[in-house]
Amino acid sequence: MTYEFDFSVLLPYWEQFLRGCWLTVLLSTIAILAGLSIGIVTALAKQSTVAWVRLTATTYVEAIRNTPFLVQVFFIYFGLPAIGISFQPWSAAVLALSLNCGAFSAEVIRGGIDAISRGQFEAGAALGLKRLQVYRYIVLKPALRIIFPALSGQFVLALLTTSIVSSISAEELTSIAQSIDTLTFRSFEIYVVTTVLYLVMALGFAHIFKAVDRAYFSYPVK
Amino acid sequence: MIRQFGLSEILSILAGVQSTVMLSLVAFAGGGIVGLAIALMRTSERSWLQRIAGSYIDFFQGTPLLMQLFLVFYGLPVFGYKVGPWTAVSIGLTLHASAFLGEIWRGSIQAVPKGQTEAAKALGLSYFNRMRDVVLPQAMRISIAPTVSFLVQLIKGTSLAAIVGFVELSRSAQMIASTTYKPLLAYGFAAIVYFIICFPLSRFSMNLEKRFQVKT
Repeated sequence: MTYEFDFSVLLPYWEQFLRGCWLTVLLSTIAILAGLSIGIVTALAKQSTVAWVRLTATTYVEAIRNTPFLVQVFFIYFGLPAIGISFQPWSAAVLALSLNCGAFSAEVIRGGIDAISRGQFEAGAALGLKRLQVYRYIVLKPALRIIFPALSGQFVLALLTTSIVSSISAEELTSIAQSIDTLTFRSFEIYVVTTVLYLVMALGFAHIFKAVDRAYFSYPVK
Repeated sequence: MIRQFGLSEILSILAGVQSTVMLSLVAFAGGGIVGLAIALMRTSERSWLQRIAGSYIDFFQGTPLLMQLFLVFYGLPVFGYKVGPWTAVSIGLTLHASAFLGEIWRGSIQAVPKGQTEAAKALGLSYFNRMRDVVLPQAMRISIAPTVSFLVQLIKGTSLAAIVGFVELSRSAQMIASTTYKPLLAYGFAAIVYFIICFPLSRFSMNLEKRFQVKT
């Protein structure tokens, strides 16, 4: 017997697929914005003159980068309630994704700061700016400009990573696809559609980041 | 009965490490072979080969690994191949790895100065000899750091096999978590084991990268 492909059984569920996409975009956007903020703070912390601040930042980055996201989500959602910190699936997902995105962004941003020449820092100091002001007004924008392509790649990866939070049944595209699966038993068709939707979202994100790059970072450099 | 979190629990989580390592090695080796073909296609002079390899890479880099595993896992039976989780997951991760390694090695091949290819051509070397004796050995040196860094990503990626029911490190931690009701310990311990495997590799890759930067 050969398998008959039937995508039409999925048609009645189009609204749910759309809702899944929206939740995935929302989840990724929150995680990316939070991750970028965490990443900037952590990258600065890694340059700190205070040893324990540097150590904390490094420990955080290495712990996240060298363990699977799945285990991080499980640890937060299933593990932390044991010490009295419990979350709804969606909050756990947002927290895990932000922390994950933050650690990876921090590494990329640190690379950008390293690429800024020492003279810029010294010039800032000579103008009487404080260390943080030097970072904020002199280093941040050119550093972001240098690493923006790498950072965009990281953000698209954050979008793709959101599919893993389906394992704690946080509501997004993959978990919605799984629930449609239990209703229709059309697993293959469902995951083909879902994969295509992810591909479209990833390409969409990549386009938006290119537009941002052009709008904010296309100033001429002498 | 709720079991205690003791030595036997630690050992059964550790038993999962074997599958994690095996799966990573199989996917890395398989992905390496297919990936080399993809990289060669991507850098070939024929534009249709470039396009095929390019779409292949874009597909795998633009969709979640979990979906790729689901497609293989649910797709193979649809096309009449009844396979166990081990085979399905190995195929899925191999395809995934081949696209990423293909893209990394494309970059490394293109980073070899063009003069090298031209000189090899001028010497009358065939495509095979040009690649094997001139371009690839130089590209390999450049590619080691990002390749090792991808290996770390792949090892972490094998954890997703747990979602389709394959028992490896994450899945065994999950099972221990549910029998002992000690999720914090079980997942914490699994995380530490992953860290012990991945951290030295990450460090190795970073040091290589630094050394390479100083040289250029």
